Amino acid sequence: MKKAKQIQDMISKPFDLLSEELVFIILDLVAQNPSDLKSFSLTCKWFYQVEARHRRSLKPLRAEYLPRILTRYRNTADLDLSFCPRVTDYALSVVGCLSGPTLRSVDLSRSFSFSAAGLLRLAVKCVSLVEIDLSNATEMRDAAAAVVAEAKSLERLKLGRCKKLTDMGIGCIAVGCRKLKRVSLKWCVGVGDLGVGLLAVKCKDIRSLDLSYLPITGKCLHDVLKLQHLEELLLQGCFGVDDDSLKSLTHHCNSLKNLDASSCQNLTQRGLTSLLSGAGCLERLDLAHSSSVISLDFASSLNKVSSALQSIRLDGCAVTCDGLKAIGTLCISLREVSLSKCVTVTDEGLSCLVMKLKDLRKLDITCCRKLTGVSITQVASSCPLLVSLKMESCSLVSRDAFWLIGHKCRLLEELDFTDNEIDDEGLKSISSCRSLSSLKLGICLNITDRGLSYIGMGCSNLRELDLYRSVGITDVGISSIAQGCCHLETINISYCKDITDKSLVSLSKCSMLQTFESRGCPHITCQGLAAIAVRCKRLSKLDLKKCPFINDSGLLTLAHFSQGLKQISVSETGVTDVGLVSLANIGCLQNIAAVNTRGLSPSGVAAALVGCGGLRKVKLHASLRSLLPSSLINHMEARGCSFLWKDYNNHNNSNTLQAELDPKYWKLQLEEDIEL
Amino acid sequence: METGEDDLCQNNWGSASILDYEMAMEDEEEGEPNLHVFKASSSGKDNNNNNNGGQASVQGVKAQAWDPRTMLCNLSFMEQKIHELQGLVHLILGRNGQLQDEQQQLITADLTSIIIQLISTAGSLLPSVNMLSTTAPGSALFPFPREANNLASQTLNNGGASQELEDDAEEGENLPPGSYEIKQLEKEEILAPHTNFCTICGKGFKRDANLRMHMRGHGDQYKTPAALAKPPTKETLPGSDAPMLIKRYSCPFPGCKRNKDHKRFQPLKTILCVKNHYKRTHCDKSFTCSRCHTKKFSVIADLKTHEKHCGQNKWLCSCGTTFSRKDKLFGHIALFQGHTPAIPLEDTKPSAAASSQRGSSGCGNSNNNAAMVSFSLGSAANANQETSQPCVMDGKTSFEESFSPLSFDICNFGGFPRSIFDDSFQMLISSACGCSPINGGVGSVSDTSL
Repeated sequence: MKKAKQIQDMISKPFDLLSEELVFIILDLVAQNPSDLKSFSLTCKWFYQVEARHRRSLKPLRAEYLPRILTRYRNTADLDLSFCPRVTDYALSVVGCLSGPTLRSVDLSRSFSFSAAGLLRLAVKCVSLVEIDLSNATEMRDAAAAVVAEAKSLERLKLGRCKKLTDMGIGCIAVGCRKLKRVSLKWCVGVGDLGVGLLAVKCKDIRSLDLSYLPITGKCLHDVLKLQHLEELLLQGCFGVDDDSLKSLTHHCNSLKNLDASSCQNLTQRGLTSLLSGAGCLERLDLAHSSSVISLDFASSLNKVSSALQSIRLDGCAVTCDGLKAIGTLCISLREVSLSKCVTVTDEGLSCLVMKLKDLRKLDITCCRKLTGVSITQVASSCPLLVSLKMESCSLVSRDAFWLIGHKCRLLEELDFTDNEIDDEGLKSISSCRSLSSLKLGICLNITDRGLSYIGMGCSNLRELDLYRSVGITDVGISSIAQGCCHLETINISYCKDITDKSLVSLSKCSMLQTFESRGCPHITCQGLAAIAVRCKRLSKLDLKKCPFINDSGLLTLAHFSQGLKQISVSETGVTDVGLVSLANIGCLQNIAAVNTRGLSPSGVAAALVGCGGLRKVKLHASLRSLLPSSLINHMEARGCSFLWKDYNNHNNSNTLQAELDPKYWKLQLEEDIEL
Repeated sequence: METGEDDLCQNNWGSASILDYEMAMEDEEEGEPNLHVFKASSSGKDNNNNNNGGQASVQGVKAQAWDPRTMLCNLSFMEQKIHELQGLVHLILGRNGQLQDEQQQLITADLTSIIIQLISTAGSLLPSVNMLSTTAPGSALFPFPREANNLASQTLNNGGASQELEDDAEEGENLPPGSYEIKQLEKEEILAPHTNFCTICGKGFKRDANLRMHMRGHGDQYKTPAALAKPPTKETLPGSDAPMLIKRYSCPFPGCKRNKDHKRFQPLKTILCVKNHYKRTHCDKSFTCSRCHTKKFSVIADLKTHEKHCGQNKWLCSCGTTFSRKDKLFGHIALFQGHTPAIPLEDTKPSAAASSQRGSSGCGNSNNNAAMVSFSLGSAANANQETSQPCVMDGKTSFEESFSPLSFDICNFGGFPRSIFDDSFQMLISSACGCSPINGGVGSVSDTSL
């Protein structure tokens, strides 16, 4: 009798036997997909509670719901408020009170309308707060910084673009937060030598320091380089750091692993030599856009760091053949080399550089237009471990070279062949790289469906595929990709004019699809879109610009099925007010672009704007600016939404301007003219 | 230390003697037997070294300069010099007027030395015009010889050295006891507002010169140049005894280092020094700065000096120290543990609020204002909720009660009434703008405040 009752109990409460720890382990596995977690918690009351206790990190869409969310999730440690543009002091005090003791990190980088008072609540109540991101708080002043200094246990602090902060505020933080390990002051243009110097004197544990674009000189670097644990120092665009102020610098910062001195226009070989003199264990060096010529002399300044150096970036520098040769012989343990936009790189230079770099994993030679197949052949044969190769716009490279790349470098994961001469045979050879995850074939006019079918068969791990303006592609190629690459997350088929709904239907098999760009595909209709909307639940970015057959029914389907959509462009489509208003149904929607969409009326746009609560960016035609009520615009801006007013009336002018700015665009323009 | 009138005077005399000495050296260079001046000034220097005071040496020079034979020597020297110059210029004329740099410098140097000689000779003829007037133009007309003439610069160095020696001697720090006469004024005498009194009407004056100006009103006999002239003191009287004892002063306050009974007594140089010392060290600081209302002074001149700069010390440390320069403040903060740069508001409000919060361990038991109570209510309710069965609805209602926007409006920055808070915030903002040299613009308060 008793036993029977027990059994009955068990049946009525089937999960009593399941311990909470076990459920937590299950939840760890389920947590990969947010919607699965949601389904789980809706199973029963107990699951609901367990899921609430399990969750550690939150990324809410609306700050208004914070009280309710935080009451449910009591163990929240990481709170990412980057989806909430408007976080008031009240919201912050709610956070402080409800999850004060557990909270470890807060991200306020995309939020505004809080002040020092709210931060004080947070700093005082959240005793174990370790990380706070206050980037983009452009109105933040020293008073607020002094409040941040109350968070004594802070270890990671980001203050990027806090332009009104001065040395005084940083001084308060330096004195208050002694445990700081990672500090970013990028673009805090009010902070100078004194503030940084004090930070270095007071916070001895600093591991990473981002001083990019600060008006500092070499003076504060004397203190900074005395830090015992400093591993990362970013000095991007510090124009005040020059040779003279570094002259007397002697340091032994053996912990330094990563140094970014890119865009330091006044730093030449002399200053760099003293900067590198004590950094014997440096692994990564970034000298992009520096003013000095990378010559033989320059390479000699790398003498001290050559043994451990693993990565060097020389983007946009004037490199000489001798310089590259010297780097190649000095730094033989290099794994990453970036020569992007170094227009002076020649075949000889690159060949000499890679000759001895057997360990090279990543090579970026974007826009090195002088390179031909000779050096690419050298790269392929010298560097068998290559993982990433970016060679956009190396249009002199012959087709054979691509064949060799696929043949020799079997470990490739990332390939950028945008604007190259690669053909189907090249793709066939590349399809043997089994781990390929990102492939960019934009403006590759020689490839056809046959080449893509090789990729579809060979590269099952492909996550990203870019076919922008690769006009030889049709539905057949896309369907073979959709067949073989089930992990596809991002695909761009913009301006592939032969693409129809068939492609979309086949792509809807890729359930992981997040970004879909089909700009300028004239044959796409709402039926294809519906297939994607229904089956690709993770869809978050959608570009439908210049697809004239897309209309309201497509958007209605989207609004119903794609609840995760964050960004959509419906410019120059057949969408009307009905479709736009229906988008308000999507809670996460942040960016809308609807320029030159004829069917839109001001009242419809206004209704859509009011309806979409989480909007951050809206791109509209300039004529709507005067037609929309200014109170509505003010209201939207107060909610954290910014407007971009586009005026395409002078169509031809803007085109010619763009053609001048972008050589690639000019090329395209030329091709289109030929076709016409 | 205040530099008294006498000190000033002495310095001038000193430099005058240097000038003479320098000229003497130049004379020697020319090989002209102009030994009188040279001897005179060198003997003066000897006197200096013998601690006999600057005045005596200067007196010596002056006395020698009256000698008509010296005058004649000087004149003939100048004549020769002018002849030489003439020859040089003729030579240049013969070379089609090409003037080279070296020659130009030579001519300028010669001319300068002639001018100086002329002025000093003329100056020695006028008894009432003291050397003040000769030194000023002399130094102004002395730009080139320093570079042009090695020997001249050498002599200049010599002169500088002798001046340093003099200064050391006058500093009085190492004066052997007994080598000077000690005077001690009484407290009343020191604190008396006036030291010079009119013998007719009894009106008091701080300065002797003012008294003399005042005396003019009492009759024509006080208007004569002799009556208006500065009465000669003992030191400046030409006929006085050569080895004069230097006068030094002692502070009447017993136990003071400046008191003559102190073991390591350091005398005060002038009466003015005594007055300032006594007021600064042994009197109440009765003058308060009208701007900051914190700094106090006993000497009114100090107050005036302070008031000139008061308010410019905008760099403030949490310990209350102010600095006129930001780098000095940061050096101070780097040096001391726990000191923070103070932004006016933080000094008082948030840190106080924060400390009270921390003092009550984040729960807010002892908070005594409405806003805090509302917060502590909230956290108390939540705490209950945590311990008891978590019920979403329950938590929500309790939350709404304690967190109505209204209650938050009352609560501002640790419980100060809103108006005060706003005011202070405004103050902060404006001051922050004033402080930071980079952001010049005055931000609107509405941007940053609640």
